[in-house]
Amino acid sequence: MVDLSVNLAGIKAPSPFWLSSGPVTNTAKQADLAFAAGWGGFVWKTIGTPIINVSSRLGGLNYGARRLVGLNNIELISDRSIEDNVREIADIKRRWPQQAVVASIMAESKKEAWQELVRQVEESGCDGLELNFSCPHGMHERGMGAAVGQVPEYTERTTDWVKSVARTPVIVKLTPNISDIRQPARAAKAGGADGVSLINTISSIIGVDLDRFEPIPSVNGRGTHGGYCGPAVKPIALNMVATLAQDEEFGLPISGIGGITTWRDVLEFMVMGATSTQVHTAVMHWGFRIIEDMIDGVTNYLEDKGFHSIQEIIGKAVPSLTDWGKLDLNYQVRSQIVEAKCIGCQVCFAACRDGGHDSIRLQTGTRVPMVDQETCVGCNLCLLACPVEGAIAMARVDQGKPYMSWEQYVSAAGAQGCRGG
Amino acid sequence: MSEGTSELGGGVAVGRLNEVTPPFSSQAALDEAARCLYCFDAPCAQACPAAVDVSAFIRKITTGNLRGAARVILQANPLGASCARVCPVDELCEGACVVGKTNRPVAIGRLQRSVTDWAAANSKSVLRAGRPTGKRVAVIGGGPAGLTCAAELAQLGHAVTVFEAREKAGGLNTYGIVPLRLPLENSLAEVEMVRGLGVAIRTGVAVGRDVQPEDLLRDYDALFVAIGLGGGAHLGVPGEELSGVYEALDLIAAAKLGDLGHIRIGERVAVVGGGNTAIDAATVARRLGAREVTVVYRRGQEEMPAYKYEVDFARGEGVNFQWLAAPVRIVGKGQVAGLECVRTQLAAPDESGRRRPQPVPSSKYVMAVDTVIKALGQAPLASTIARLGLQVKGGRLEVDAETGRTSQPRIFAGGDCVSGGGEVVFAVQQAKRAARGIHAAIVA
Repeated sequence: MVDLSVNLAGIKAPSPFWLSSGPVTNTAKQADLAFAAGWGGFVWKTIGTPIINVSSRLGGLNYGARRLVGLNNIELISDRSIEDNVREIADIKRRWPQQAVVASIMAESKKEAWQELVRQVEESGCDGLELNFSCPHGMHERGMGAAVGQVPEYTERTTDWVKSVARTPVIVKLTPNISDIRQPARAAKAGGADGVSLINTISSIIGVDLDRFEPIPSVNGRGTHGGYCGPAVKPIALNMVATLAQDEEFGLPISGIGGITTWRDVLEFMVMGATSTQVHTAVMHWGFRIIEDMIDGVTNYLEDKGFHSIQEIIGKAVPSLTDWGKLDLNYQVRSQIVEAKCIGCQVCFAACRDGGHDSIRLQTGTRVPMVDQETCVGCNLCLLACPVEGAIAMARVDQGKPYMSWEQYVSAAGAQGCRGG
Repeated sequence: MSEGTSELGGGVAVGRLNEVTPPFSSQAALDEAARCLYCFDAPCAQACPAAVDVSAFIRKITTGNLRGAARVILQANPLGASCARVCPVDELCEGACVVGKTNRPVAIGRLQRSVTDWAAANSKSVLRAGRPTGKRVAVIGGGPAGLTCAAELAQLGHAVTVFEAREKAGGLNTYGIVPLRLPLENSLAEVEMVRGLGVAIRTGVAVGRDVQPEDLLRDYDALFVAIGLGGGAHLGVPGEELSGVYEALDLIAAAKLGDLGHIRIGERVAVVGGGNTAIDAATVARRLGAREVTVVYRRGQEEMPAYKYEVDFARGEGVNFQWLAAPVRIVGKGQVAGLECVRTQLAAPDESGRRRPQPVPSSKYVMAVDTVIKALGQAPLASTIARLGLQVKGGRLEVDAETGRTSQPRIFAGGDCVSGGGEVVFAVQQAKRAARGIHAAIVA
C-alpha cells in the first residue's frame, strides 16, 4: 500500500488532497461531507469580520460543449460570524482528528486586528493558519486580500504580526496578480511564514452579455472584476509553483492550487514542487465525490511507478525545468503521419500551413497528408491539432550531435569574433 | 402535421404518418456539432451534389450563429430543408465523414435539418433577391429542380415566373415523398421561401394547355424546363383495370395531402417494384392499416434500387419481401382477389448493368391479395417535350452537362426530365448548373 500522507510545514494530513478556501469550505456540513468522501485537508473559507455578498456572484467560461473550463467569482470571505466558524471548526476537529483543517483568515491591516483574529481562530484547535493576502476582488478595495499580497513590504509586515502570536504553522496564500511571484513569496518568508499556498484567483472579466452590454456576472445591470479559476488557470499556477520550487532563496514548502481537477493534475503540481494540493472549482462543478478517482488514480500511478510514498515524487520534475538558454539546440524532432491511423481530416495541413511552418503536403489520390521532412521544424502543432491519438508521431532525427545550448553557442561565437578581431 | 387523432378519409389516425425521425433538441444539435472535426477541404462537402459547405455550417452551430449556418446551407441548396430529410446521406456526406473511420459519423443530415427548421420557425429571411437585371425567365415545373433554378436566378436579380400544372408547387417533395420522411409543411415552406425571393409561382397552370410554349419564348429571355416525369409505367399484365389496383405515387400523394379520397387499402397488399417509391408505398400501406404487405420484385435483394436504410426501415415496419418474382396477372372479378406471379432467375447483366430476370418455367403461383400497388417508375412526359421541340434520347431531354442547355439555345432543362428520375439533391445540382448557364446566356 502506498503511503499518501504529507506534512506541509508541520501541518500533517493523510493525503495531499486538500480543499482550498472558498464556497466549498464554508461550513461544518461541507467539512463532514468532504472528509467522509475522502479528502485529506480542508482550508476553511476565509474568516474575518463578516461581510455582505452580492447576487449573482459567479460567471463561467465554456469551451464548445465543455462547461466551466474557467470560473470567475465575486463572492467575498465568510459572511458568518467568527464565533460560528470557530465553533464549527472545533466540532470538525473533534470528529476528524486525522484530517488537516487549516483556517484561512483575513483582517484589516492593523496589527491588533490580525493578532486578535489569530488568537480567536486558533481557539478552534485548527491545524494551521492560511493568511489570505490574495483575494483580487472586493476585499482588496478595502485594503485587504490582494492589496496586501501585491506589496511585498505589507506581506512581510503582516506575516510578522501573525507569526509573533500564532501557535500553529502559518502559510501565506499568494496572489498571481503580480509580475514576479518570487517577490511576495520571499517577503512572506522574511515575515516568518512556514509555507505558502498559490495561486489565488486571477483578476478577470469572464465575459460580456452582448444583449445587455454588461460584464458577467451581472448585479442589477453592473459587473465588476472577479477572480478567475478552474482548469484554464492550471498552466499559470504550475508556472508559479515551479518558479518558487526552483528559487533557492525561497525554499519553503508549497501547497499548490489552480485548476486541479484530476489525479493527473495533482501529480503534476507535486512533481513540480508542491507538498500538498488544494482543489476548489472542480468540487464546485462536480461535488466532493471526485476525490474517489483522485485517490485511486494517484495510488495506481504510484504503484505502477514503484513508489512507496507520495513524498518521493515531490519536486521530481523541478530539476528538468531550466532556462531557454540552456536547452539543447542540437536536439531535433520531425513530425511523421502514421498512415494506418490517419483519418484524413487534414486539420494538420491547415494548422501547419497557416500557423506552423508550411511543411505538410496534400497528396493526390489519398487524404493522408505527408510531412516535408526538409522544412518541418518539429514544433508539435500538427500533433496537438490532430484529433486522433497516435496518428502523428514526433520522431527524433538529430544524428547524435553533442548538447549545445544557446549560451554555449553565443559564447563560442563571441570567442570566434575575438580571434577574428 | 401535428400529433393527434384527426382522421384521414380512410379513417386512419394522422399521427401514424408523421415524420419518423425526431428533430434534434437544440442541446443535441450542439453536442452533435461539437463532434465535427472541421476538416480542411472537407470530404463531406466534396460528397455533396449541392456543394453545401458542411463543416462551415456545423461550426456556425457551435458558435451559436444559426442564421449564418442557415445561409451557408440555403445559398448552396435552397431545398436544404427537404434534402436534410431525404438525402441518402450514408452514400453522400455522412458516408464521406472521416469521423466515421473511428466512430459514428457526424449526423450531418439531422444537423442540417435542425438549422433549416430553425430558419423556418424563426422566419429568418436568409436568402435575398439580387438587384433587378430586367431579365425574365420562365420556369416550367415547380418541383425541386424548378424551385432551385428559380431561387438561384432570383438571387441573381432575374424576374422569374414558375408555371406549375398541379394545384401545389413542390413536385415530388409535395406529392411523391411519404410524409414519414418529408412532411408536406416542409415542402410547402420551401415553396414559400422561393416565393419570398420575389418569384411568381403560378400553380394550376399547365404549359401547353393554359400557356403556350411559343408565348413563353416570346415573353421571356430564357426558359427552364423542369417538368419531371409523367404517370406511372404500366405493369402490362391482365387485370390492371381492376378495382383495388393503385399507382404508388397516387397513394403517396393522397397520404401526404391527408385525403385518401377514393383509395381503399385492404388487408393484404402487394407492392410491385423495387425502388424507393415501392418501399415508401409499402410502408404507408402498413401504416394505413394493411395487415400484410409484400413487396414483389423481379430481381434479387442485391439488385433492388431502393436504399438499404429504406428497406431496413420497411422491414422494421413489418413489410415482407418477395424477391425473384414477377407478376403475370392480377386475378379478380371487378375487385382484386390475387396477384399471379412467376418465379424468376437472373441471367447475364442487361444494358442497365443489372442481371436480367427470366421466368422459371412452370413456377406460377397466386398470392391472395386484395390490393395491388404499382411502383414501376414514371414514364417521360413525351407530349410536353414534343411541344417544345427539344431533342430527346431514351425518353430523356438531352442537355449540355455544364450549362443545362437543350438543343434550343434559349431553353435549358434539369431534374427528372433530364436524369430520368433521381434524388432531390441531384435535381438541385442540375438546376444550379442550369441557373448559371441561363445567367451567363442572358446577361451576355
